Formats: sequence, C-alpha cells, structure tokens
Amino acid sequence: MPATKSKLGLSKQKIAGARALAAKIAAPVQKYIEKHTTVTVERATLRLLGADGADKDGVPVPNIVVSQCGEAAAGGAARTYINALVKRSSTTEQLNEEIAAGLDITGIPAADEKQVKARAADLVERLDARISGNVKYRRERLAEWKEAEKSPLIYVIVATGNIYEDVKQARAAALQGADIVAVIRTTAQSLLDYVPYGATTEGFGGTFATQENFRIMRKALDEVAAQEKRYIRLVNYCSGLCMPEIAAMGALERLDMMLNDSMYGILFRDINMYRTFTDQHFSRMINAAADITINTGEDNYLTTSDAIEKAHTVLASQFINERFAANAGMPERLMGLGHAFEMNPSTKNGFLYEYAQAQMAREIFPVHPLKYMPPTKFMTGDVFKGYAMNTMFNFVSKATNQSIELLGMLTEAIHTPYLQDRYLAIANARYVHENIADFSSEIEFRKGGIIRRRAAQVLDETAAMLREVEKAGIFDAIAKGMFAEVKRPKDGGKGLDGVFEKARGYWNPVEVYLRRKLKISR
Amino acid sequence: MFIKPYGDTLDDGAVQLSFTLPVCCGGRAKEGARQYVLKLGFKHAEIVHAHPLSPEFTFFVAYAKTDVALDYSKVEYAEAVDKSMNMTQVDEFIKEHFKRKLVILGACTGTDAHTVGIDAIMNMKGYDHHFGLERYTMIDAYNLGSQVPNEKLLEQAKRLKADAVLVSQIVTQKDVHIHNLTNLIELAEAEKLRDKLVMVIGGPRVNNKLAKELGYDAGFGPGTFAEDVATFVVKKLARTLLKK
Repeated sequence: MPATKSKLGLSKQKIAGARALAAKIAAPVQKYIEKHTTVTVERATLRLLGADGADKDGVPVPNIVVSQCGEAAAGGAARTYINALVKRSSTTEQLNEEIAAGLDITGIPAADEKQVKARAADLVERLDARISGNVKYRRERLAEWKEAEKSPLIYVIVATGNIYEDVKQARAAALQGADIVAVIRTTAQSLLDYVPYGATTEGFGGTFATQENFRIMRKALDEVAAQEKRYIRLVNYCSGLCMPEIAAMGALERLDMMLNDSMYGILFRDINMYRTFTDQHFSRMINAAADITINTGEDNYLTTSDAIEKAHTVLASQFINERFAANAGMPERLMGLGHAFEMNPSTKNGFLYEYAQAQMAREIFPVHPLKYMPPTKFMTGDVFKGYAMNTMFNFVSKATNQSIELLGMLTEAIHTPYLQDRYLAIANARYVHENIADFSSEIEFRKGGIIRRRAAQVLDETAAMLREVEKAGIFDAIAKGMFAEVKRPKDGGKGLDGVFEKARGYWNPVEVYLRRKLKISR
Repeated sequence: MFIKPYGDTLDDGAVQLSFTLPVCCGGRAKEGARQYVLKLGFKHAEIVHAHPLSPEFTFFVAYAKTDVALDYSKVEYAEAVDKSMNMTQVDEFIKEHFKRKLVILGACTGTDAHTVGIDAIMNMKGYDHHFGLERYTMIDAYNLGSQVPNEKLLEQAKRLKADAVLVSQIVTQKDVHIHNLTNLIELAEAEKLRDKLVMVIGGPRVNNKLAKELGYDAGFGPGTFAEDVATFVVKKLARTLLKK
C-alpha cells in the first residue's frame, strides 16, 4: 500500500503517546501469559507435532491426550506424546491410531531424556519444513502473479454449511474478482472446546472449521488461482475456545488470513479473559511463523455501540491489538487491524466522519494491512438503499487506501448471500475502485475542516480512554465494561478451568521453536 | 377490490425480478430465462440483463407482466400493535396499571450468536434514535445476550420473576429458528411457565402471523423499535391483569 503523506495533520506525539499507553496496558497481561498454558495451547502443540485423527465418538486425538494428562498438562503435554512415540518406536500416524483405539499413553514409562529431545527436534524440523514450504509457495505465487494484485483486496464470505457447496460458491466468487474468500464458521463453533474432525456438510449459518475442510477449500482455490493467474487467499476464524488449534491447522494447510482478535472472545463470546489472553498469544505466534495475516475484530464494537460516539473505542482496541501482536513476534505487515463503516446513514455529514475515521486509521497504521468492514447494522430489507450504502463504503475504502475490504452484501439483513448478491457486490467494488483509482493522491483536507477536526477529536478521546484503562488495569477495565459496554468478571466466562499455571520444568518444544523463529526474547 | 402490481399504469401488472439459473451465459440462456419467467405465470417476459457468474451460472434481471389479481378485501392480517406509545407513555401506562416495575428479559437463543436484534430493542442506546428498554424507568430490562440455551432463558425468567421474555432469532438457514422457537414454547409449557409470561419473538424472518402459529403472543419483524414491543407487552399484561 502506498505510504501517503498526512492529510489529517494528526499529532505524531499524541500517536506515540497512545502507543506507549498500549504497551503499558499489555505489559502485566504479558507477564501473566508467560506463566500460563491452556488445554488448547497444549492441543495446538500436539497438532503441530503430528497428533491428528479422532476416536469412534469423534473425540479428536489431541483432546484425548490432554484429557489423559489431566493436571500433568501443566508440565506440557508434548512430553507425554513424544515419550510414547519413543518408547513404542511409532510414527505419529501409528500412535494417533492407537490413541484413537483407546491406548492410554500416560502410563508409559519414561524414555531416555536424550531420545525424547532428539525425537522432538525431528518433529520440529518436520514442522518447520511444512510451514516454511507453505510460506515459500505463497510468496512465489504472489510474486509470479504480481500484476493481478489490486488494492484494496476484495474479500467475500461463503457460508452454506456444506464444504462442497462452499467450494462452488467460492470458485464463482473468485472468477468474478474476489481476492479473498472467508468460510464462515457454523454458529457456536467458537464455544466448542475441540475442533471437529473430517469433512462436514451440516452447519448453520456457516461451515465447521476442520482441517479436512481447510484442505478441500485450499485445493479448490489453488485451482481457480492457477486458472485466473491471481493468488486467492483463504480465511478462517482463529477465535473461540480453540484459537491456537485453528492457527495450527491454518499454518499446516496454508490458510492466508485468520480472524484473530486479542479481546473479541472475552467481550462477544463470554470466554474467560485469562483463557483468551493466553490463547491469543500462542495463536499469534503460530500465525506470525506461518506468515498468516490476522484480521482483528474492532468492527464488533460498532454493532453493539454507536459508531459516532464510540469511534475512539475502535482506535483504542487497534492500539491494544497492535501491541499484543507485536508481543507475539508478529511484524506490522501481518497486522490487519479492523474497523468498520457503521454510522447511521441518516446522520448529516456521516460520510465525512466515516472518511475521517478510515483516513485516520490509515495514517496511524501506515504499513498495516487494514481490514475495512461494510455497513451491517443499518442495512434493512431495502436492498436498493443497501446497495447505495455499499457504494459509499467502497468509495471510502478506495479513497483511504484500505488494504482488505470485506464487501457489503445488499441482502445483508435478509439471508446468507445468494450467488448473485456476491456478484453484485464485486461488480460495485470494482467499478468504484477503478473509477476513483487515483482519487486519494488528488485530494487534501481543509485545515480546520470537519474531517481534520473529527480525526483529531477521536485521537484525543482514544488517548483519554487508554489512560483510564491503563490506570484501572485491563482486567478490571474489562470487568467494569469499558470495552463495548460489556462487563466480564475476571473469573467468569467459559474456559477458565482449562487454564494452568505452567509447572516447574514446563516443556514445549513448539513454543521454543516459535520463539526462536520469531526472535522473541523471554 | 381486486389489485395488481402497478408499474406506470393502473393494473398493468408490471413486476421486476432477478434470479440466477445454473446455465452458461448466452443467447440460449436468455431465452431459457424468458421462458422460465413465462412458466411462472407471467405474460410478456423480457430479460433486460444477463451476466455470467461463472461458466456454470448466469444472473438475470427480468421485467414481466402478470394477469393475476388479488381480492384485497379478503386479506386478513393483524399487527401486534396498531399504534405504539412512546417511552414516556409506556412508563406512565405501567405506573398507572401495575404500580410496580415490569421485568422483561431478552435473549438471542439457541446457537444463534447475533446480538444485533436483541440489542436494538434492549440496549440503553437503542437503535436509530429510539431508546431501548433499559432506558425505560418502569422496566427492569435484562439482556442475556446471544447463544442463550432455552432452558437457561426460562430458568432466568423464573428466578427474576419475569413478566415477559423477548426472543430474537437472526439465523434462519434451514429453518433452525423454527425448531428452536418451537422447542422454547414446549419447554415453557412443560415448566408451566407459558401462562405466566408474555412471550414475544423478533427477527428478520419473523412476523406476527408466524409468532401466533408457533404459540407466541406476538412477533415483530424488521423496522421494529423498542416502543413497539413495549406497547404490546404492557397492553397485553394489562388485559391479562383485568381478567384475573
């Protein structure tokens, strides 16, 4: 994305001040994270080492192993799994089958430490080869088809519930010009404390995220990409109770983007805050290692709160997400910070406020691949009005050089998109993007005008909010309802019983590998 | 009184359609689409736009005319409320008729994770400059959020001695909302709660007719504000109170 000169005249000092506050806010959380692990961090570790498959009741092998470990998972489940591999001289495939058939691996006597470490090194090497291979493949394709790369990237959603039906819709969308396809997850998967196994054809409002489904869609998109000579990115949801496991599956199957927010699960899915903070860190290390762009979920703040009054909560959350991502070794070029076009369309000068907000995000986060979300809250059954609103959204998106544009659907408030809805959305976006291609470099904003004043005001309000959060501490700030007007008690929400303080001698070879690869110091 | 769609002349029966067919775009596809519209019973079908969505699918925009007329005098439909009171009037109405605050619970139930509907009705801020029930001084409003199991909703209704529950359903794929709403009514009846509660549903694919069919007191679709729901609930409760 082109680095544009400031049009808003925002104070660099104030921006740096807000960043410093975000670092202070994240610091105590980071301390907590370093000392803890969770059941899903352990399961993600096992998956990356090779644990896969499920028993006859559909319980995934990683879940079986972590359940078998019980409290001992606090010492790291990898040791138990690798120990079993060494003692039984098995391949991961053989051991997975035996575990699925009922083998308890916790009772196996301890193998020689050197052999365990050597086996771990082999498994990590295999993992690195797979991840690096995926990164290399993606980079080569992107380089090969560079001319086809446009900005913003056009992002659409498929959500049939059936992975094979999703494939048809995704293929059609890619042929029409979509650059990014997200497969929406079935409702409530975020609250499952396991990842289902195999290909699935039943889901409500979306399709189960499974490793096999990832593989099926990846293959389909690679085929269209080869045909179109344009790399098509695949997205899924790295959120909920299995955040790190989804990241692991995405890293293995070459997903390109993941919805991955540091606080979304706490605020909008009532997942325990300690669980979410610990999980987001591990998942972001995996995403960063696999060169996967994350998309944060700030748009959600505006569906529960007013987009004009609460605009600063979006910017505050972007600063916090940025810091947590940096703590996980993620480079800025992978931080797709989110925001949205959600103001009431009957607001006088609403377009100017939207423009100011989007331009502000672009200037404060110049190299970040910003993810811009379309109107949803004020979409009605009036598809014609909705189409007009989406045109305004497309305009702001292009005019402010957003990176990832999730297209609005004219039938947003009615049903999951029909094939033609997606086509109409892409046609609209392409028309606007092309028609105002160089608008951004032509336009400047009047000093003291509405747009500059609005951006400065939001930045000031953001700094004030971050100061308050820093004073309260983020755990208490969330408990008091300072984000999204949602109150979440520290010991409330789902998944707290799956959080462990790391035992003395905790061992996780994948974590060691990730930290080394991402150059994160302890 | 017989009616037909109005394009630019009374009773011309003009209708605008758009749809996709699973065929490759071309002259034959357009003719196929035209014949299909005729098969729907329209006259003078015209395909004004055809565009390929992929090699296997084509999108069409069609204009057509129909001879079919409807006897409007035979159409029956009752809205849940004819004329809504505003927030102040609702609060006054409660003071006058109940002499206590009313307790109203709201939730998006089942596996549905969308809070946008229930938030629009419940939240202090409301929606499009219409305050939500949390702002009403005579209403104790509890927004339980999304993905609330039916059992939990009824348990909370019992615990908080609710006068009314509002259920929002946004996801309607494969009629999941119908199954979930039916289940809630059955549970409420089994728990002997149905007669003690005013039960209202809302959502993009919900209307008053559907609500009645499923055994609810009322249903509200798109464009509903908190005061519409509040008006229905307080009037319904007042009527029940008078009967006792």
